This record gives sequence, C-alpha cells and structure tokens, in this order.
Amino acid sequence: MSDPHAGFIIASYAFTALVIGGLVLRAIIDHRAQRRALKQLEARGVRRRSARQEAAP
Amino acid sequence: MPRLSSLWNLANPTRFLGLADRLLPWLAALASALLGVGLYLSFFVAPPDYQQGETVRIMFIHVPAAWLGLFMYVMMSASALGTLVWRHPLADVAQKAAAPIGAAFTFVCLVTGSLWGKPMWGTWWVWDARLTSVLVLFLMYLGIMALWRAVDDPGRAARAVAVLTLVGVVNIPIIKFSVDWWSTLHQPAAVFRIDGPTIHPSMLWPLLVMALGCTVLAIALHVAGMRNEILRRRVRSLRLMEAERLDAGAETAAGAAR
Repeated sequence: MSDPHAGFIIASYAFTALVIGGLVLRAIIDHRAQRRALKQLEARGVRRRSARQEAAP
Repeated sequence: MPRLSSLWNLANPTRFLGLADRLLPWLAALASALLGVGLYLSFFVAPPDYQQGETVRIMFIHVPAAWLGLFMYVMMSASALGTLVWRHPLADVAQKAAAPIGAAFTFVCLVTGSLWGKPMWGTWWVWDARLTSVLVLFLMYLGIMALWRAVDDPGRAARAVAVLTLVGVVNIPIIKFSVDWWSTLHQPAAVFRIDGPTIHPSMLWPLLVMALGCTVLAIALHVAGMRNEILRRRVRSLRLMEAERLDAGAETAAGAAR
C-alpha cells in the first residue's frame, strides 16, 4: 500500500485486532479458570444440590 | 402461551450452558468466515474513494464498531428490563457479559474514527455532538462495569446496574440523531436512510459483510461471556457453601471440646 495515509489504515486495523484478540483471549482464559475452580471444589466434595442428586444412585 | 414458556425454560442457566457449548464452535466459525470474506472485499474489491482515497478502508471497521457499540447497549437495556420487571435469572448475566464487549467496540469506534479524522479532517478530535455523545456512551460502559465490581452481591449489583443502564439509554437516540439535530463535522447517516443508502454498492457490500461478521463475533463473545458468568456464580455459591460447612464443623468441634 503506497498511500500517504497507509500508516493510519494499518494502525486502525492493528488496534482493532488487538482489542478483539484481547476479548477472545479473555473469554478463553476466564472459561478455563472457572472450569478449573469448579473441578477443584468438586474434588473437595463441594457440589451443587442438583449435581448431588444426579450423582446419587 | 406454550411457545413463550418453552423459550422461558430454555433460558434456564443449566440448559443455557449446554446450548452455549453446542453453539459456540459454529458461531466462531461463522464469524471467522464472514470476517475473512469481509476483509478480502474491504482491501481487494472495494475501490478507493474519489475524495478519501485509500483512507475509506478505515470505514469498513469504524462503522461496524459504532453499530455494535450501540447494539450492545440496546441489548443491555432489554436485559435491564428483564432484571427489574421479570427478575429473570439470565437477564443480569446477559447484561454483565455485554458491557465489556460494548465498551471494546465503542473504544474501537472512537480510536479508528480519530485515526480517520487526522488525515481527513486535519484533527484527531472535535467536540461535536456525534463524537461527544459516543464518548459519553463509552464512559457509561466504564461506569456500568465499575458499578458491577463495586457491589459484592450479584443480585443487588444487577438491580443498581439495571437502573443506571436504563437512565443511560437516553443517549442512544442522541447518538443516532445528533448529526441531524446539530451542525456536526461528522457526516450524516449514509446507510440507514429513508431514501436508501447513498454509498455505491462496491463499498456498501464490504461494509455490510464486515458488519455482519462483527455482529456474529459479538454474539459469540456474548454467549461465551454469559457462560463464564454462570460458571463464576456457581464457583462463588460453592465457595460460600464450603465456608459455611467449615464454619459449622469448627463450631461442632469447639462445642465437643467444651
């Protein structure tokens, strides 16, 4: 791109990619953290009432 | 009303988690495909503008970001009604998950607008009605996110945030009609007009495909955010349950020692 304003165009798309990439990454990291915390709680025997009912024979 | 009640049942948090797990891969794939096609059209098919030159390509991301900043706020307002009127368990989850996404798109709109304004208007910023009202929208998002963090109990926070969100909704028509009501440096609407779009189809199509791609991406991020928020609330309630159990155990042990 030999346009005199190429820097502005590239900066716009780079900034957008950074923000949207951050949102996607945040969603993935948060999901893993919550799943891990739930697993740790369940491993310690702390379960929701509905989960206890499902686990019961 | 059987259809309404089945929709109501579908909005049960446990069912929502199952639905989110099934939907998210498809939404992510659709958003990637649409954005891939949209970027190709924006950079390789759309011609340079006769006045703006290549800088018009910033519009293909600036305009969808602006639409989504507004869309997420309208969505949050509908959820705020769900919280205050129907007290639906997923309404405040939806509202909380939408705020950072709306804030991010509004921030992208402000920054890309500024990056377009410098070469085209000769300035990064002007305090005209459109720019200022969008800045107010961004500050509203930040205020809402801060209020969520300020109150520990999610139920109480949800009601306070719902009231603040509904107060802020007055800004949405101000943003939309600011270019008609006041004399602004920002150009008037070019797509959603009563007499039809004023953009040539060679530029309108890339813009619409990018807007659709960004919308599907925002919906995917929102579903993922809601899923995370439901899990976070489960973790919180299980930790409270564990703490109560430990307290009760300690009291029993202390009683036996006495």
